[in-house]
Amino acid sequence: MHAAVITFPGSNCDRDLAVALERAGARVSMVWHKDQDLPKGVDFIGIPGGFSFGDYLRCGAIAANSPICRSVVSHAEKGGYVLGVCNGFQVLTETGLLPGVLLRNAGLKYICKPVGLKVETSNSVFTARYNAGSQITVPIAHHDGNYFVDDETLSVLQGEDRVAFRYTDNPNGSIDDIAGILSDNRRVLGLMPHPERMAEAAHGGTDGAAMFDGLVQNLVHA
Amino acid sequence: MKARVHVMLKNGVLDPQGEAVRHALGQLGFDGVEGVRQGKVIELELADGTSEAAVAEMCEKLLANTVIESYSVEMS
Repeated sequence: MHAAVITFPGSNCDRDLAVALERAGARVSMVWHKDQDLPKGVDFIGIPGGFSFGDYLRCGAIAANSPICRSVVSHAEKGGYVLGVCNGFQVLTETGLLPGVLLRNAGLKYICKPVGLKVETSNSVFTARYNAGSQITVPIAHHDGNYFVDDETLSVLQGEDRVAFRYTDNPNGSIDDIAGILSDNRRVLGLMPHPERMAEAAHGGTDGAAMFDGLVQNLVHA
Repeated sequence: MKARVHVMLKNGVLDPQGEAVRHALGQLGFDGVEGVRQGKVIELELADGTSEAAVAEMCEKLLANTVIESYSVEMS
């Protein structure tokens, strides 16, 4: 499986994401935001956490309009796989690949701590190695993670089993306790928690590793 | 020429920052502040002849996220 990880100015989880993918067996190419094109034969794109462009204007808004993001959108529109973690989730909502938006945390504070998540569906390559209904612990680290979407779209997400993860104890005010959502073709996942920070024993837990194992195993043919 | 763009959260979208400002005003003794909504003002220096429609397109594409924000444009 050939993965690309995008680096924007201000990304700070790009290397962690690459290491987690490599540990699961992926070949990883790092891609700079000013590049127009993805490396040939990329199966999967990871958009990392951080503070792309200093979170100016709105989190993820400037990154979503950078040259490489046009290639990310076209990769996704052709049925390609994309994962956005934290700031990457914000970028994906700003590109329109995922619905909704991440608002300032309800308590106004930046929150950095491990949180409990409920895996809501195993029907995606990202969650195939989890059991639906199981609980995992993964850290969050964000100021703007309060997921918001209009009621109509929320019913669509619920009805189509597109809520991938919910917080067991909502830390940020997210609507319906949502921590991560899937696109309608289930090939794009955005989530605020950081599975790449819980992917090997030295991290204090390995609950995030199954996401990368599932990805690599399901995309290994390509 | 200039344009001034006002970006505000739409009604129905919770504004935790506005709520914090409302709370702080109350603590300072300003009674009767029943709601605060916080937005942004963006000033653009434009080449002469730039149309208001072009500024609206800038708002749609970048300056506002129309999922949660509304905008208005003043040309001068």
